[in-house]
Amino acid sequence: MEAAARSTAPLLALSLSLVCAASLAADPVRVDIARVTRADQPPEPLSFLDLPVEDDGAEGALLGLEDNRTTGGFLGHEYEYENLAVPAGADLSAAVAALVEQGVDFLLLDLDAADLLVAAEAMQAAGQAAGQETGGPLGFNVRDQSDALRNERCRANLLHVVPSRAMRADALAQYLAWKRWDEVVLLTGRHAPDAAFAAALERAIERFGLEVVARADWTREPGARRTDSGHHTAQAEIPLFTRFEDHDVLLVADELDEFGEYLAYRSERPRPVAGTQGLVPTAWARTHEQWGATQIQRRFEKRAGRVMTPRDQAAWLAMRSIGEAVTRTASAAPGPAREFLLGPDFTLAGFKGVALTYRDWNGQLRQPILLSAPRMLVSVSPQDGFLHQSSELDTLGYDRPESACEAFR
Amino acid sequence: MTVLPTPARRCPPIFRFAGLLGAIALLAASQAGAYTVYVSNEKDNTISVIDGDSLEVVRTLEVGERPRGIVLSNDASRLYVCTSDDDHVETLELPGGRVLHTLPSGPDPELMALSADGERLYIANEDDNMVTVVDVGTREKVIEIPVGIEPEGIGLSPDGRLLVNTSETTNMAHFIDTETLEIVANVLVDTRPRVAQFTPDGSQVWVSSEIGGTVAVIDAVSHEILHTIEFEVPGLRPESIQPVGVAIADDGSDKVYVALGPSARVAVIDANSYEVEDYLLVGPRVWNLAFSPDRSRLFTTNGVSGDVSVIDLERLRVIKSVKVGRLPWGVVVAP
Repeated sequence: MEAAARSTAPLLALSLSLVCAASLAADPVRVDIARVTRADQPPEPLSFLDLPVEDDGAEGALLGLEDNRTTGGFLGHEYEYENLAVPAGADLSAAVAALVEQGVDFLLLDLDAADLLVAAEAMQAAGQAAGQETGGPLGFNVRDQSDALRNERCRANLLHVVPSRAMRADALAQYLAWKRWDEVVLLTGRHAPDAAFAAALERAIERFGLEVVARADWTREPGARRTDSGHHTAQAEIPLFTRFEDHDVLLVADELDEFGEYLAYRSERPRPVAGTQGLVPTAWARTHEQWGATQIQRRFEKRAGRVMTPRDQAAWLAMRSIGEAVTRTASAAPGPAREFLLGPDFTLAGFKGVALTYRDWNGQLRQPILLSAPRMLVSVSPQDGFLHQSSELDTLGYDRPESACEAFR
Repeated sequence: MTVLPTPARRCPPIFRFAGLLGAIALLAASQAGAYTVYVSNEKDNTISVIDGDSLEVVRTLEVGERPRGIVLSNDASRLYVCTSDDDHVETLELPGGRVLHTLPSGPDPELMALSADGERLYIANEDDNMVTVVDVGTREKVIEIPVGIEPEGIGLSPDGRLLVNTSETTNMAHFIDTETLEIVANVLVDTRPRVAQFTPDGSQVWVSSEIGGTVAVIDAVSHEILHTIEFEVPGLRPESIQPVGVAIADDGSDKVYVALGPSARVAVIDANSYEVEDYLLVGPRVWNLAFSPDRSRLFTTNGVSGDVSVIDLERLRVIKSVKVGRLPWGVVVAP
C-alpha cells in the first residue's frame, strides 16, 4: 500500500495538467480493487542462484495499478486498491465478505484451489446480500493452475489469468512433437501438484502423439536445501534413478523443486530435461524480451528492484484486464466488465505478440506459453502447424468441446 | 565509423581506382536526381544505405545500440537516429555518415518527428512515459511532456502545430499543441497503438493498432474517430495481421499504405472510402514504410526476413527485395 500511495504523486500532477481530458467524463468512475493472498513465507529455493521472493505477485499488481491509474488520469477514472494477506488458518471467507461489504468489486485472488473456491462462494454470497443485480464482484485467479477449476469446478464469478497445467503441458508437448522427440520418460514427485502436472503431461503426450517409454516416481525426502557437499549424493543417486530404456527426453513433474534440478548432466543417458525444470513451459520468464517484453521487464525491475515472476505477470494481466474493461465500458461495475471481458471486443496487449482474450466457456485467459531454458528463451507455443478453426491459442488446454465447465453456459 | 563495402577493401589498386570511378559516377547520378534510402537495422547496430537507382546497398554505417526510429533534417544533410539502448539520439552528417554528436533524448527513444522549422525533435521515450522535446541546435532538452504508458508513435501535422503521440499500454493517441506543449485531447484507440500519421491536408490522423489489428481514422479537429479500418487476408489467421507502419500518399492519388507486421502484407487503402483495395506480399514482420521522392515507389522494412521490399506503386507490385542487416526497423528516403 505504501508503494501504491507513493506512486500517485506524479500521476496527480499529470492529471492536473489534463483538465480537459478529465472533463470528458460526466460522472467520476471509481474502481475498487483488492488483492487477497495468504500470509506465508517464501520457500527456500533449491538453487542457490535463486533469491527468495518476498512480495511475489504483489509487485505485479502494483505495476498494473499504476498503469491503470495513468490511463484513468486521462479519463477521470479513479482506481482504489487494497492488498490483504490473510494469515494461515484465519477465516478467508469472512475477510472476502468484509472487502465486498466495503465496496470492493474486483478481486485479484492469489490463492490455491481450495481457497479460491471459498473466496468465490464468499464473493457471491456477499454480493447477493448487498443486493447487487450483476451477480456480485468479479474474481481473477492469479495463482492456481488446477485444471479442475477450469472444468467441473469452475465458477461464474472467477476468471483464470494464469494458464492451467494442461495449457503448459500442451505447449511443451507441441514443441517436443515439432522436434520429433517422441519418446519420453515421465518422472513424478511426491506431492499432489506433481501428480496433477504429470496427469496434464500424460494428456498432452496422448494429444500430440508422443509416447511414454517409462514412468518413475521420486519418493525420497528432500532433506536440507543448503548442504556443504550435496553434489556427491546427487551424483550417486540420479544415475540409478534414471536407468530406463532409450528415450529422447526426460520429463519431470516436480512443482516444489525437490529433485528435478538434479537430473541434468547426471542422468544415466545424456538426455535433455523438460517440464518443471530444464526446458520449462511458463507464462513468464526473465528470458523473455520479444514483442516489447523488454519494456515491461525494465519498468517492473525499476519499480520492484527484482525480476518479474509468473505470479507478478498474472497479477499485472488481471489489473490490466480490469483497467481495459473500465476504460472501454466507462463503468466500474463488475457485471458489464465481465460481459466485456468475455465478449468479442476485448483484446489485451500482454507482450506475447498476439492479443490475449478470455475463453467464454470457462473464463480462462488465452495466451502463448514461453518455453524457457534457465538462461535463454527457446521457443513459444503454439508451434507452427498446430491448427485450430478459431484460435491457434485454443490448441493449448481444454478446448470448447472438451470443457466440463457448466457455470459459463 | 563508416564501413566501406567489403569488395572495395579487398580489390587490387587498379580495381580500387575503378571503384573510385564508380563512386564518382554515383555522386554524379545523385546530383542528377537519384535518391538514397536509409534503413536502421535494430539487431546489427547499423544503417544500410541503398542507392535509389541501382537498388543496391552501397554502404553500411555503424551507429549505437539498437537503432530504431530515424528522421532526416529538412535539407537532408543530417540523419537523426534513435539508438534506443544507448538512451540518446545520434546525429549523422550526410552523405558522409559520420556521427557528429549525440542529442539528449531521455531513456529508450523509439520514434520521433522533426518540427517544420527543423529546430526541434519530438521523441517518444518508450521506457519513461514521456515525450521529450529537444532543441537540435543547442542540443538541450526543452521539456518532457508526460503521456501514457510506453509512448511509441509520433506524428506531426503538416503545419507543425499539432503533435500526436501514441502510448502502447494506455491505448491512446495524445494530441499535443506544439506551441504550449500541453496535451489538448486524448483519444482512446484499439489495443497497442503504434504509428500516427497526419493526412497531407492535416485534417485527419491515422493511427495503427498492432494488437487490436485496426487503423483508426481520427478527425484532427473534433478528435472523433471517423472510421476504424479492419483487415482480412484469406487464409491468414487474424492474429497475424498487426498494423504498424502507415504511409499516406501526398501526390493526389488518395492512397494509404499500411504495413501489417507478421502477415508479411502491405494493405492498400482508398483514403476517401477507407476500403482496403489490395494486399501486397512483402516480407514477414513488415514494420515501417517510406515513399521515394517522386512517390512512384514504396520501401518497406521486413524485420524477420532482413530485407527491404521495393514496391512499384504504379503497378502495385514488389519489384525487388534488397537484403540489408538483421531486423531492419526504420526507413527514410533522402532526395
